Amino acid sequence: MITFDHVTVQYDDTVEPVLTDVDLTVEEGELCLVVGHTGVGKSTLLGAVNGLVPHFTGGTLYGTVTVDGRDTAGHPPRELADVVGVVGQDPLDGFVTDTVEEELAYAMEQLAVPPATMRKRVEETLDLLGLADLRHRSLHELSGGQQQRVAIGSVLTAHPRVLVLDEPTSALDPTAAEEVLAAITRLVHDLGVTVLLAEHRLERVVQYADRVLHLPGDGHVVSGPPAEIFRTTTIAPPVVELGRRADWTPLPLSVRDARRAAAPLRTRLTGAPIPSARPPVPSAGQPRLLDAHGVSVRYRGQAVPAVREADVELRGGETTALMGRNGSGKSSLLWALQGSGARTDGTVRVVPWGAAGAGAAKGSRDPGDVSATEARRLVGLVPQTPTDLLYLESVRQELAQADAESAVEGGPPAREILDRLAPGIDGATHPRDLSEGQKLALVLAIQLAAAPGVVLLDEPTRGLDYRAKAQLTAILDGLAAEGRAVVVSTHDVEFVARTADRVVVMAEGEIVADGPAADVIVASPVFAPQVAKVLAPLPYLTVEQASEGLAAAGTALGVAADGSGGR
Amino acid sequence: MPPRTAAARTSVGGPLPSGALTGADERRLPRTLHPLAWWIWALALATAVSRTNNPLLLFLVLAVLGYVIGMRRTEAPWARGFKYYLYLALSVVAIRVVFRAIFASGVTPHDHFLFSLPHIPTPDWYAGIQLGGPVSLEALLSAAVDGLRLACMLCCVGAANTLANPKRALRILPGALYELGVAVTVSISVAPQLVQSVQRVHRARRLRAGRTKGLRALRGIVVPVLEDALERSLRLAAAMDSRGYGRAGRATKTSRRLTGALMLLGMCGLCAGAYGLLDASTPKFLGLPALAVGALLCVAGLRLGGRRITRTAYRPDPWRFEEWAVAACGVLSATLLFTNVGFDAAELNPSIYPLSWPTLPLVPTAAILLAGAAGFLAPPPLPVKRPEKAAK
Repeated sequence: MITFDHVTVQYDDTVEPVLTDVDLTVEEGELCLVVGHTGVGKSTLLGAVNGLVPHFTGGTLYGTVTVDGRDTAGHPPRELADVVGVVGQDPLDGFVTDTVEEELAYAMEQLAVPPATMRKRVEETLDLLGLADLRHRSLHELSGGQQQRVAIGSVLTAHPRVLVLDEPTSALDPTAAEEVLAAITRLVHDLGVTVLLAEHRLERVVQYADRVLHLPGDGHVVSGPPAEIFRTTTIAPPVVELGRRADWTPLPLSVRDARRAAAPLRTRLTGAPIPSARPPVPSAGQPRLLDAHGVSVRYRGQAVPAVREADVELRGGETTALMGRNGSGKSSLLWALQGSGARTDGTVRVVPWGAAGAGAAKGSRDPGDVSATEARRLVGLVPQTPTDLLYLESVRQELAQADAESAVEGGPPAREILDRLAPGIDGATHPRDLSEGQKLALVLAIQLAAAPGVVLLDEPTRGLDYRAKAQLTAILDGLAAEGRAVVVSTHDVEFVARTADRVVVMAEGEIVADGPAADVIVASPVFAPQVAKVLAPLPYLTVEQASEGLAAAGTALGVAADGSGGR
Repeated sequence: MPPRTAAARTSVGGPLPSGALTGADERRLPRTLHPLAWWIWALALATAVSRTNNPLLLFLVLAVLGYVIGMRRTEAPWARGFKYYLYLALSVVAIRVVFRAIFASGVTPHDHFLFSLPHIPTPDWYAGIQLGGPVSLEALLSAAVDGLRLACMLCCVGAANTLANPKRALRILPGALYELGVAVTVSISVAPQLVQSVQRVHRARRLRAGRTKGLRALRGIVVPVLEDALERSLRLAAAMDSRGYGRAGRATKTSRRLTGALMLLGMCGLCAGAYGLLDASTPKFLGLPALAVGALLCVAGLRLGGRRITRTAYRPDPWRFEEWAVAACGVLSATLLFTNVGFDAAELNPSIYPLSWPTLPLVPTAAILLAGAAGFLAPPPLPVKRPEKAAK
């Protein structure tokens, strides 16, 4: 279906080619997963399939890419629209019309499909993706999952043979992501559509893949069946990592397979002391840095409050994860705690960092009452779109501006903070050219320049790959170790399992659960990380924890599995 | 609204548009009228309005517009905008009257003197214009009537916008103007995103304790918003390209040039024709003939330009008897006012000097009432589904 023949892609502004001599064939009806770190050329590979690379992006493509017998050299993307459907990361970016039905018809109108056929196909697609109830709705009032399904439907109506999806679930909460992935697998199984899918959160998709294309980062592409490729890849979902350490063959890709292979492992672990998934928090001696009581947020013109009577206590040295559906009030709560967002009711008291200790509660202040300069010294917030804060031409200027703005006596300059968070960022780089992880680090450094005791991050894991997430975990651990209180709102359960000491779950603006991470997420069917699902009822959260547990029990994980683990 | 619930109970079609359906309407299938029919109707009515200065007739036109809109508009957001056209119309009248009072042209001995504004002397080189001075009833009335005529024409356009879905109206643009339609649609959907983007960045400014007002703050807001918008538009362009926008055209260089030339000439003809038609003092050949030639050239240009585009429309609006009927009653009413048959042209423009009470001439009144027939000739509009209803 798709053939890459000695393909090399070279952009004008880079020295090394992004893809080097790629040879690969994707058969019809395969669900093909593209994995690799950020910046190794996944998007380039996907873009080359429908000719966006190089027709739209620029650069030079050597070799030939053939899709359904058509060479992309002679066919620009629009001429391939009837063969390849492309769905991007944020569905809102690709919408041309404004209602569901018209959006579904758009591609067909461009392809000059006869009106009668068009009418029929729209109805079929509405049913196929479960959108019939939404047909007259405006695209902007749909939920993220619904929007992404419309985006998929809008390319499906052209009856393409190939579907290319570039991180279709990265902007969605777990439930919405499930919804979209279920739709995709259904297309593969029922219609025989060939799917090329890039995804950061592998744990969601690995089990559905027929083939994996791994981009190790040197411009080459390794292709093979998932169980084979994941033996050696640098990135793998937790279930695969557990399988790799336990040396299970064949490598389990789904929780179900792993659970069946893990029975002996569970027996061995039962009764052993359970090591902590996180470095111990000295929370007993730590002061309460933030004390919020009865916080409510209600926006003008909206009947339902975004946050309803939330009580939050944050201690120094503790990392808290804030979870919940999209629209459950996580962002509103964070903004209200920082003092910049709306707060209709309730009190927030923040103890200035450094002033903590005996009698510190007296010096506590409300970040909503003080000036913005004062508020950011109390609570630092990294918003969902960190680039909103960046407006200068280079990293150096941004950092200098941050120093000028905050001017904390005796505090380290922003550059020093940034080097500690993410070493090796060139000061002359334009902030927009940084990777997602680096942008996040830059904004975090700018906010930390004011030396706040409480640090809030609104969905920082969006668009980060495994490596960047691991780095973020390290950064946040570092902040907590300095005695700060850290709050991260996120959908990523695996990230929470590694990063959070405490989990707060919100629903419809109310806090519905608040407790130690292990207690809150292990038992939850939605929020449980993969390792917890495999090893339940044992309360293990991460792979590292499991191998430590076994080491403590006297056996290495691999040895434990050798005798009885292999099926 | 009790009548609405009562009607909803008896009909199978779900929620009903504003205004309960009368007995006759319940038997008719609701559907959307072709937007072009509404536009022809409204523009014809506006043309008719341009003929008359008779305030009674002008008020009758407003009443007719109100009736038709009340009968045939939907609950969609774009259909709720007529009141803004009314506000605009009122301000047009008010501005005209105020200007007439300030830039007074003096009073003749026969005029009814109303009041006097302080006179501001103007320098010699500015002698043509007089500021302040005595104001007469006649001057104000003529300004008000003039304003009312303009206001009526505005309301006609407003009515077309209220009755015909603007988005569907854009879709009937000829193929050669398709890009224009897309640009408008995209900008309509992008505008709210831009507003959100500005709000988000403005709110984020406080996080850095940056200024939120003044010129220096502007940079902190404009730069991220523009960068955001630029990136988004690039992604949109890529998405549109991947979905087949702008597929193979067979336009050659000569045919493109020919299209351009035809359109330009045609537009000139149209403008000259419209001017000639509306201004009675221009020579005869500048009226209808120029308009006809211009229209012909434009149609030819659009045809030629449209030929290179291969595209189909999803659920195109049909053109049936109702469309003919609605367009015809508008055009007929304009024609009646222009032919001067059966009434004295002076009755259309009652004199203000000397002041006289306007009469209601029979034929023009009938003509305008005829335009109102569109209110029941057009099929009842499709009900707009509410999100909560649709979810059930």
